Amino acid sequence: MGSGIPSYKETGIITVEELKHLGLMPPEERLTRGPVAIPECPEEIPCNICVVSCPQHAISIEGIKGLPRIDWDKCVGCGVCVAKCPGLAIFVVDLSKPGEHAYVTVPHEFLPAPKVGDVVDLLSREGEVVGRGEVVKVWESNRTWVVTVRVPRELAMEVRGVWVRKE
Amino acid sequence: MPVTLPSRDRRVWEHPILTFKRGRRVKFYFNGNIVEGYEGESIAAALYAAGYDVFSRSPYRGRARGAFCMIGKCSSCFAIVDGVPNTRTCVEPVRDGVKVEFQEGLAEIPPATGGLEGKEEEVIEGVDVLVIGGGPAGLAAAIAAAKHGLSVLIINEHFKLGGQLIKQTHKFFGSKDLFGGLRGFQVAEELESKVRSMRNVRVLLQATAYGFFRGGWVGVAGKDRLYRVRPRFVIAAPGAAERHLAFPGNDLPGVMGAGGAQTLMNEYGILPGNEVLVVGSGNVGVIVSYQLLQAGAKVKGIVEILPYIGAWFVHAAKIRRYGIKVYTRHTIKEVWGRDRVEGATIVRVDEHFKPVPGSEVDIPCDLVLIAVGLTPDTRLLAQAGAVVTWVPELGGLVPIRTKYLETSVPGLFVAGDASGIEEATTAMIEGEIAGLSTVIKAGADDVGSAAERREALLKFLWDEYRASPVVAKAKAGKLKVTVDEDEMRRIRESNPPPVRFGS
Repeated sequence: MGSGIPSYKETGIITVEELKHLGLMPPEERLTRGPVAIPECPEEIPCNICVVSCPQHAISIEGIKGLPRIDWDKCVGCGVCVAKCPGLAIFVVDLSKPGEHAYVTVPHEFLPAPKVGDVVDLLSREGEVVGRGEVVKVWESNRTWVVTVRVPRELAMEVRGVWVRKE
Repeated sequence: MPVTLPSRDRRVWEHPILTFKRGRRVKFYFNGNIVEGYEGESIAAALYAAGYDVFSRSPYRGRARGAFCMIGKCSSCFAIVDGVPNTRTCVEPVRDGVKVEFQEGLAEIPPATGGLEGKEEEVIEGVDVLVIGGGPAGLAAAIAAAKHGLSVLIINEHFKLGGQLIKQTHKFFGSKDLFGGLRGFQVAEELESKVRSMRNVRVLLQATAYGFFRGGWVGVAGKDRLYRVRPRFVIAAPGAAERHLAFPGNDLPGVMGAGGAQTLMNEYGILPGNEVLVVGSGNVGVIVSYQLLQAGAKVKGIVEILPYIGAWFVHAAKIRRYGIKVYTRHTIKEVWGRDRVEGATIVRVDEHFKPVPGSEVDIPCDLVLIAVGLTPDTRLLAQAGAVVTWVPELGGLVPIRTKYLETSVPGLFVAGDASGIEEATTAMIEGEIAGLSTVIKAGADDVGSAAERREALLKFLWDEYRASPVVAKAKAGKLKVTVDEDEMRRIRESNPPPVRFGS
């Protein structure tokens, strides 16, 4: 756009490259070690709910409006921040399991309620159905479901939503 | 009467976030037809739920009129209720046996009832703080003042407290001690239960402040009586109204304010439409789109005239990942339909925001939501003599004020959207600052802690919250109209206030 406005303001979609550039992406080595949170929160909005929600005290924010900084060594990928983030902007990715699958944890606020064992549509940041995956874990906090799905490994950085088809 | 019979019930019975607590079922009449509604619904909501789109025809050209703002600001939902024409059916609760009639243009004046005879008039003197408006700012102000022992009277136009919080289903940003993380309607519940638990707070619902009078009197029209109130202080928190856009067909029923749609779907559990086009990609437009998906509607797209999405990125990402398209560099050209929207035409714009001929796209839909911003409701403040000024960043005319939110009328404070459009979190902070300011001026209980708390809030508001780049525009606007005490003295000297409070 040439005006210094980042492209995600134009599209509503942030790229992995942009997340890395903003320091929001865990290092490769950390990703393969176990589940870890990824905050897709690039704008310095006045909010620090993730900081006070994290049971591991792994998230910090300068004042109320800095970007969330996750201590990748403290984060255990528990997903509490996924439930609490008012922007529904935090995801957990687990690339540590051997084999062809990874696990992605996303917030979800639509009916029908997701259940373990459901096979659901996997949605990209653009809302494209990029595959189908099985729900392996679901819990709820103040009406936000935290849903973990098994996804093909190569989609771990693409899947950011699920859609439960109506029966 | 050109009223078509309703097609279907539009109520939502299952929702991922909300549990609709509907009251007792009631039967009422629309042009003699029996309509069922639920206690707690407005007449407009119950009619809409039953499938009625048109409640009246305009005096000029007989255009169809129906639900638009749903909060008593726009007059689109007028009908004749128990013989009273021009009744705002969106702020009138439905009840058993009420007779609603279609209003055809200008209505007959109702038969004379002998003035106010038989109707009581109440004089309320000696109340410390009159709070006008029971939304986030007004409730926060009332709580702050009452906590320090001041007596408070809240007047609220709607029959429910909470203002626009009651239709907000998303979790609030901010910090935890300012309700961050709670959903808007949950914040409203907390504020209301706090207010209801305070014995020194009185609440008048369905009451409108209609003017300031000499000697510090405020006229209030209540449901069945008039009140003359002479308070020590006034905190005005009357909120804002949704803006509209000019395009052919913009008055067809089915063109609605985004907030109006939120009222229907999130407050009453009524689906405002099945296939929706949203105009404006700011936070409101994007949030309402997400909420429409949650309620079971299909969102055909969001139209945005600028080259980028106005909403905070995290809100935009939420609707993009469920496939909602944003038409940036587009505007709405027209809406078509007979007595209800059947579709809209959008068009691309060039770099000067001029429509590009040949780039039109037709979008079939039954609902077009307008989410192009809000205008502060400062009419009452201006009538009181508060000096107002035009600030585009804040949505229009707003009063000049000190950092303590006192206007050029001494003892008259402003808070919330009426002080310039921001959002609910800042409205609550402003409300509390205004409330504490009355405490400090009145020399009420524990002034020291009130002053300390006020300083902490001011510091947080200006140095932390408003330091975020996503609220830079509102901050710039608020800076323009916030003056120091010396400057305020000069303003008062050249614009002598016609009325004074706080003595």
